[in-house]
Amino acid sequence: MQGSVEERVIEIIAEQAVLDAKNVAPEYTLGQLGIDSLGLAEIIFGIEENFDIQIDFNANEPGKGIFEDADIASIARAVENLVAQKFG
Amino acid sequence: MRRVVITGQGTINPLGNSASETLESFRTGRCGIGDLKIRDADRLMIRIGGQVKNFAAADYFSRQELALYDRFTQFALLAADEALSQSGIDLKGNALEEAGVVLGTAGGGLNTWDASYRSVYQEGKNRVHPFVVPKLMNNAAASHVSMKFNLRGPSFSVSTACSSSNHAIGLAFQLVKSGMAKTMVAGGAESMLCFGGVKAWEGLRVMSPIACRPFSKNRNGMVQGEGAALFVIEDFKQARLRRAEILAEIVGFSMTSDADDIVMPSRSGAARAIRGALTAGNIAPDSVGYINAHGTGTIANDRTECAAIIDVFGGHADSLLLSSTKSMHGHLIGGTGSVELLACIMALREGVIAPTIGFEEPDPECPLDIVPNEARNADISVAMSNSFAFGGLNAVLVLKSV
Repeated sequence: MQGSVEERVIEIIAEQAVLDAKNVAPEYTLGQLGIDSLGLAEIIFGIEENFDIQIDFNANEPGKGIFEDADIASIARAVENLVAQKFG
Repeated sequence: MRRVVITGQGTINPLGNSASETLESFRTGRCGIGDLKIRDADRLMIRIGGQVKNFAAADYFSRQELALYDRFTQFALLAADEALSQSGIDLKGNALEEAGVVLGTAGGGLNTWDASYRSVYQEGKNRVHPFVVPKLMNNAAASHVSMKFNLRGPSFSVSTACSSSNHAIGLAFQLVKSGMAKTMVAGGAESMLCFGGVKAWEGLRVMSPIACRPFSKNRNGMVQGEGAALFVIEDFKQARLRRAEILAEIVGFSMTSDADDIVMPSRSGAARAIRGALTAGNIAPDSVGYINAHGTGTIANDRTECAAIIDVFGGHADSLLLSSTKSMHGHLIGGTGSVELLACIMALREGVIAPTIGFEEPDPECPLDIVPNEARNADISVAMSNSFAFGGLNAVLVLKSV
């Protein structure tokens, strides 16, 4: 998968939302795209596999992760940070 | 229809290697969860679990037996042996034809799958042990219990994830109740605490890396456990005739399906199972004194379960006692309901309610008396055990003192 982190994150999320990536804008949240708990688990897995990073996420601790109520742009920034830490 | 009673109990689980050790842990609120001592634990994100301790299989089984017994089978055989000896039953001749085993397990011989895959995929070997199939099959434990004790009637295994044990015990109850069998050995056994077993659960992001704190506001997920508990379930008349010590009577059992989500629990599915078990046993809701909760320690389960209990019991929900012993032994998945039934029987026989340990902070969404941190004395005559599985399969048992 080529492109910026944000584009790649959008592609992963769009696949879960069964939408064309062109129709998934960075200002959307996962909730607005109708992503449920299983979809979220798959998105996190997809991002981890794609960027070879580890995302700290526990479905029982709402509000502590980078995914709660965040829009896609901020999720992408969090992923950028995790990628940077990996090479840092 | 026949009355059905429990006359023997046996177990090996994170709280003890016998029923008496386990009950002592329930009374004292001891925690059996600790750091996982398994191969490659350093590659896990979740590194705690309820492991069986002070157990060396070679102390109990021969080399030939161990070639055929996965760890879950070992647990089942030890629990069955204890239950049958405690019941004092001496099955002979025709009685053996009317005796069988129903065993609940979700993962079956998962340790054997794990070790064998490791050898062919990771270590590049081109052969596995010749007994891998009979060792890992889900019915292996049920079959070995039937073989060891010569039980020749109906035997099978049940696999409904976290409800496996309650489904197994409930089906054994119905076999005896309907007259299809006179004596059944039933319960559950599970052993998923190997690298692959824990890795798989990690992926769901519902596990706590710290502790299982059911009903606490700050709960953050479930913790896996392993072990087995089996019971001798028999026709009341037969038990009376042979002057057996009766531990409890099974009076109600209900199974429902949510028909909704593969992982999320359903308030109405749970409530229908709870209500169904009361109706089946002709039990008035306000006579229930104790419920051993499914209480996994996830946000979703505990709040859904409390809501379902309030739906069914109404005002009486405020006076009944509810506890989740998973806080002590962890979630034994397919074996969990069986270990939890020990707490129900203890409540009925001894009037001691096992606590929900690790409790730190009340959750307004779980506004029930969850017997926090310390066991409590209570004189009760009816106890209930809840199991709500992934896949939306619910099984609830109701027990009464005799």
